[in-house]
Amino acid sequence: MGDIIVIEDLVKMFDGKTAVDHLDLRIREGELFGFLGPNGAGKTTTVRCVATLTNFDSGTITVDGYNLRRNPVEAKSRMGVIQQQVSLDKDLTIRENMISHAMYHMMGKAERDARIRELSDLFGLEEYLDKPVDSLSGGWKKRAAIVCAMLHSPRVLFLDEPTSGLDINARRLLWDVVRKLHADGTTIVLTTHYIEEAEALCDRVGIIDHGRIIALDTPQRLCEGVGSVAVEYLEGGKTQYRYFGTREDANAFASTIDTGVDVTIRKTNLEDVFVELTGKSVGGGK
Amino acid sequence: MSNLLRQIYYVAWGDMMFMRHNFLNILIMSIMSPILYLIAFGFGLRTGTTDIGVSYVSFVIPGIVALSSLNSSFSSTSTRMNVQRLYYRSFDEMMMCPLSLHAIVWGKCMLGLVRGLIACFILYALGLGLGAGGIGGMELELTPMFVVCTVLSCIVFSFLGMAAALLAKSHQSMATFNSLIILPMTFLCGTFFSVSALHPVFQTILYCLPLTYSSELIRSAALPDFLEFDWLCLLGLILWGVAFYTIDYWLLKTRKV
Ligand SMILES: Nc1ncnc2c1ncn2[C@@H]1O[C@H](COP(=O)(O)OP(=O)(O)OP(=O)(O)O)[C@@H](O)[C@H]1O
Ligand SMILES: [Mg+2]
Repeated sequence: MGDIIVIEDLVKMFDGKTAVDHLDLRIREGELFGFLGPNGAGKTTTVRCVATLTNFDSGTITVDGYNLRRNPVEAKSRMGVIQQQVSLDKDLTIRENMISHAMYHMMGKAERDARIRELSDLFGLEEYLDKPVDSLSGGWKKRAAIVCAMLHSPRVLFLDEPTSGLDINARRLLWDVVRKLHADGTTIVLTTHYIEEAEALCDRVGIIDHGRIIALDTPQRLCEGVGSVAVEYLEGGKTQYRYFGTREDANAFASTIDTGVDVTIRKTNLEDVFVELTGKSVGGGK
Repeated sequence: MSNLLRQIYYVAWGDMMFMRHNFLNILIMSIMSPILYLIAFGFGLRTGTTDIGVSYVSFVIPGIVALSSLNSSFSSTSTRMNVQRLYYRSFDEMMMCPLSLHAIVWGKCMLGLVRGLIACFILYALGLGLGAGGIGGMELELTPMFVVCTVLSCIVFSFLGMAAALLAKSHQSMATFNSLIILPMTFLCGTFFSVSALHPVFQTILYCLPLTYSSELIRSAALPDFLEFDWLCLLGLILWGVAFYTIDYWLLKTRKV
């Protein structure tokens, strides 16, 4: 299958500060792509550029063959975006928000009502449909926003930290929905700080830092890149990590550590890769 | 064409629902200040007959209609868009959808148009009622051109409201725009006195402001027996509309943030 999203040499500046720095990225049709990176790395900005929410300074973006600058309407009709911040109209009810959304995508009344019923059933929103947005808690608003973004069955769905603020049930539900959409052939671009989730779900993962892609591969190959076996031990009050290609090397290294120290030998996971590459622990801080 | 109309309706639909939820509030808000102006300037001042031969009340009511079209249309469009853009962020959601930008400009100015019309027509009905009761404003007439000009005026100021909202970086800059542009226009642009009575320098300045065209135009349409219909002002107001529309379109097209 071809590439449904092609980003070439994308640059986005904010007041002279570069948020996205000559970024190249191709997302294949039907894949579930994980977009990881520390806070402020430029994930949301990249998604906003592709979603036409902000103009970029240079570069080209095509969605399903349509250039974003020349054919924005065609490109937009193929995308759905769940933004990091909930962005519902608080003067309207949940249902009115959904109807508005469906209208913006030119859906007919019958199709619209059926989709709203189906998705709000799925996310347990029926009883909230006619309530004003602000009477719902944060997580329920997020669910409503998710339904809005999925109403028009987009070919490409962007999820910018969709699980932040969701309870465990909603999160599991969302992953089930995402898996199902993925199985049905929807291309999904997922941004998250819950790296285990990305590791479990994604076909490919791109790690971005300071506006550049610094690694891009399947989760497994990324782990192999830093070394498939991790050794974790405490030294000077801080947890240290070392990575090795084979279990033997890891064991050999572990035997050199003081016997009084707790040592864990385990498989390398995506979180290790992330920390190795970005030099920051997930969730900020050095 | 029909596709464009449908898109306009879809864009405006949410705003119409918003209006339905808050109808009473909106009604009170949009007629309160025009009625106060009418009482204070129309009846409080009572300056006898004007130089065009009508009573001051008849003179001032069309001016207050123009003023309400500015106040209501401008502030409803700009406030709502500002909130949707900066606070709810639901404006972003709309911008991600496959809508033509023309539909967005027209659709988003519908709320201002409807609210402006409500305010203008309630006020004018009041004026005509007072005239019929012999209290004041006996010379006023409801002509087709009055309706056309009022609609046009509401559209123009809705477009202006949209431009202001798109340019505003925060709620504060909106307030600044209000007190720097809107408030002076309210009192100076031929609403409460005739622009032709002023020194030519002031006249030139006032003819650089859209409300002057609107109030002269609406007045000429409301007093057909005393004033000739002001085609030049009609053209002027249309040009203002085209200019604001172009600015709105351009701002949407080149959105930075
Ligand atoms: N509207 C804005 N104005 C100015 N700078 C901005 C704006 N939006 C983002 N930035 C800057 O761009 C950079 C990238 O931000 P972005 O929101 O894309 O990060 P992110 O990877 O999504 O981070 P997070 O994980 O915290 O969501 C940051 O340095 C941020 O300060
Ligand atoms: Mg982000």
